[in-house]
Amino acid sequence: MDYEAVIGLETHIQLNTESKIFCACKADSWNAEPNTNICPVCTGMPGVLPVLNRRVVEKGVLLAAAMHAEIQPVSYFDRKNYFYPDLPKGYQISQYDRPLAKGGYLDVPQADGSIRRVTIWKMHMEEDAGKTKNDPLTGTRLIDFNRCGVPLIEMVTGPDLRSADEAANYLIRLRQLLRWIGVSEADMEKGHLRCDANVSVRQKGETILNTKTEIKNVNSIEAVRTAITKEIERQIREYQSGGKVEAWTLEWDEDTQTLKKMRSKETEADYRYFREPDLLPVYLTDEWKVKILETLPELPLERRARFVQEYKLPEYDAELLTSERSLSDYFEATVRAYGGDPKRVSNWLMNDVLRMLNETGQTAAELALTPTYLADIIRFVDAGTVNANTGKSLLQKVNVSGKSPAEIIQAEGLAKVSDDDAIRAVVEQVLAESPKEVESYKNGKTGLMGWFVGQVMKKMQGKADAQKARALLEKHLN
Amino acid sequence: MLSLTQAQTLLQRGEISSRELVSACLERIAALDGAIHAFLYLDADGALKQADEADRKRKTVAGEHMPLLGVPIAIKDVLTVEGMPCTCGSKILEGYIPPFTATVVKKLQDAGAILLGKTNTDEFAMGSSTENSAYGPTRNPWDLSRAPGGSSGGSAAAVAAGFVPAALGTDTGGSVRQPASFCGVTGLKPTYGRASRYGLVAYGSSLDVVGVFAHSAADAAVVFSVYNGRDPLDATTQDVPDANIVLETEASASLEGIRIGVPKEYFIAGVQSEVEEAVRAAIQKMAELGADVREVSLPHTEYALPVYYLIATAEASANLARFDGVRYGPRVSGETMWDVFYKTRGEKFGDEVRRRIMLGTYALSAGYYDAFYGQAQKVRTLIRRDFEQVFEQVDVVACPVAPTTAFPLGAHRNDPLAMYLEDIFTLPANLAGVPGLAFPVGFDAAGLPIGMQLMGRHFDEATLFRLAHRYQQATEWHLAKPTIDN
Repeated sequence: MDYEAVIGLETHIQLNTESKIFCACKADSWNAEPNTNICPVCTGMPGVLPVLNRRVVEKGVLLAAAMHAEIQPVSYFDRKNYFYPDLPKGYQISQYDRPLAKGGYLDVPQADGSIRRVTIWKMHMEEDAGKTKNDPLTGTRLIDFNRCGVPLIEMVTGPDLRSADEAANYLIRLRQLLRWIGVSEADMEKGHLRCDANVSVRQKGETILNTKTEIKNVNSIEAVRTAITKEIERQIREYQSGGKVEAWTLEWDEDTQTLKKMRSKETEADYRYFREPDLLPVYLTDEWKVKILETLPELPLERRARFVQEYKLPEYDAELLTSERSLSDYFEATVRAYGGDPKRVSNWLMNDVLRMLNETGQTAAELALTPTYLADIIRFVDAGTVNANTGKSLLQKVNVSGKSPAEIIQAEGLAKVSDDDAIRAVVEQVLAESPKEVESYKNGKTGLMGWFVGQVMKKMQGKADAQKARALLEKHLN
Repeated sequence: MLSLTQAQTLLQRGEISSRELVSACLERIAALDGAIHAFLYLDADGALKQADEADRKRKTVAGEHMPLLGVPIAIKDVLTVEGMPCTCGSKILEGYIPPFTATVVKKLQDAGAILLGKTNTDEFAMGSSTENSAYGPTRNPWDLSRAPGGSSGGSAAAVAAGFVPAALGTDTGGSVRQPASFCGVTGLKPTYGRASRYGLVAYGSSLDVVGVFAHSAADAAVVFSVYNGRDPLDATTQDVPDANIVLETEASASLEGIRIGVPKEYFIAGVQSEVEEAVRAAIQKMAELGADVREVSLPHTEYALPVYYLIATAEASANLARFDGVRYGPRVSGETMWDVFYKTRGEKFGDEVRRRIMLGTYALSAGYYDAFYGQAQKVRTLIRRDFEQVFEQVDVVACPVAPTTAFPLGAHRNDPLAMYLEDIFTLPANLAGVPGLAFPVGFDAAGLPIGMQLMGRHFDEATLFRLAHRYQQATEWHLAKPTIDN
């Protein structure tokens, strides 16, 4: 019997605003000491009131637009009531029945070239809670309120994903999108992007939804993939052995790579939602919305398609060059500055610039090697002013010094030597110094030609015109 | 016993110093507050220091622009003042000292006011007699066996007893106006959104407003003019021009052109006859002063009580969730984390607070929300529309503040519902968000003050003040002072 998985993901996205959603505290507390980014408002001292950070709405609108959701002109905040020590007000300010956006979807390309459209069931703004941990030394429970009031977008997909790989691909594409539009750093390890997975299985061809389990605490894309794979296998085994799947909440244990049962599904929690009386409705005027959407860039998949069409790039190149927005911007700027074959620019980027980015940890936008400089270098190589190897070494030199390629070629005398006499002198010197090799060559080891050319290049610091060196060597040896 | 405007004048002329004024207040408090218990916290040393500072500033240019320079004022203990204990009349905040000052208090300080201390309140402003304070009741200066009203009973009594010329209170369902009426002073509940709630420990967030007590409309207007206005820290304050109400000092202004509506739903069985008579006489007096009086109807008045006790308690159930013993106030120890929550809240909240939290939690619960909280919100809209429709016909509405004069302490001890009925005439203004002004218009046979209430359009406190001021120029009820037998 064939089974298929039915998976929905619930994600919490930490927006990368400067300050928290309802107060002026710094939003990002990564590496900060506990309880250092807090104030009376985010710690819920008696008498405080929330004031909405407009940047949260703006980033929420950008995300909603990128997810093709219906952006609502009026939305409301509500109180979600529950007790927990890391929730200082005893309620979380969230959105319930009138959220910022409705609907939406994300198209996720799969490895086989197909596209899985993942629908969005829920998307709203809310504040984060703090963190608690047990201190085994003192036997006490410690609370860090730094994360209280950090802005989140909660986004829940429909049960549209059909395998662990699809779920992982969704998160990869979501992460790409979040960074692309600049609303979140989307680093799962740092909790900027958190994910719970709802998993069930059914026989292929069925449309019913079977009992699902919820997997929590999956903090990386690989963990999502592994945890879901294991849970799908477990559920299939249950059904095959005549058992049934119960609505458990499971916790992923990264250390042992296993799923542990946290609890049976308790009765539906009653959060007693009601409108947050301390905040006005969020009125998104047309004027404001237009201003926000002006900053919405072309989205990654659109740009990928355009790269294929407009620049005649192979799919592979287009995918790689649109993996990150500043890289794709960099590519286009270089193509414009270069004026020649875009594929040639793509080759330089994929072979050399990407390696440089990986080594330095920079983004393309941060390179001192600007698109104009890169275009200069490619043109110098095209024109034969420098040879290809020198061209490649220039990338590094320009990026370190910030000087223009022309300046460096001039200062270091890197221009290719095409003068026959100069090369001939070196050729004669090499041959004179290598009597054994000359003899071997003459006895038929013609493969040594490459070695001779290398020796000439070495003596001329790579500046020799290799073609000419080879021609002169052949002339002398034959 | 100086009124606020008298004190202002004498201070400005240099006939008294702020130190003398504050010292006199402190002496009177020392002599009489043992019997009245208006204050929960008195900062005598701090007040004298502030007074000396005020006397110094008086001689500077800056001092000329501080309308309350050197004037002592008391603050209801649900408003935060940095460094002063804030208990909200509750054991659950015993020992808590807030790290910030409420915006309205900050504005008074910036205007030169001297904070004498914090006044008694029903626990978390839940009550109509100040008997729900965990620190013991306040007594009415006119009759120490009676309640001063509530929940701002401490502030009302402090003004009535001559401890301070003015005091801040808060009004969620009548908590400024009813104690003003019981204590024979003038009390304003401004329009919702007119003054900042930042630093007001929330009870019913969509209803709470900061009000003021003083001896006259003119005095109250001075303080209100200082503390009102939009606050970037309170998103529900409205972006309207700040009110700066200057009342004419000559008694010449006519009330001609002002239309007073008398709502028939506020003159009903159960209203003490002396109260109705005094209020009707005051309306008659205003007619004589030129006002145009006519009967109007606010048909949904009878629903105000259930609507209020659903909305206010629902909001309170969330607002009071933060008191869990984790970050401030006392913590009752327990076996588990949840045990600590249950025990702290169970032991440190008083009966009335727990009653309202349970009521509000119930009203919001799944399966009950639509029938209770949801329905209450709809009826609240109808009550608001009543006022909109009436204010198309008239400029203000005049009625009693409360059905009776001050009742004896303990009168409603075993009957919370009877206590809730004290607020039937004051709740609608909170539900509709309109301003209300209470002021004395007579005495009953027992010598207890009777109050009248004027309600007006949103943000039209000025008309209420103008009317009450003209009435007070023509009458002397507001000048009567209690004789306090210690």
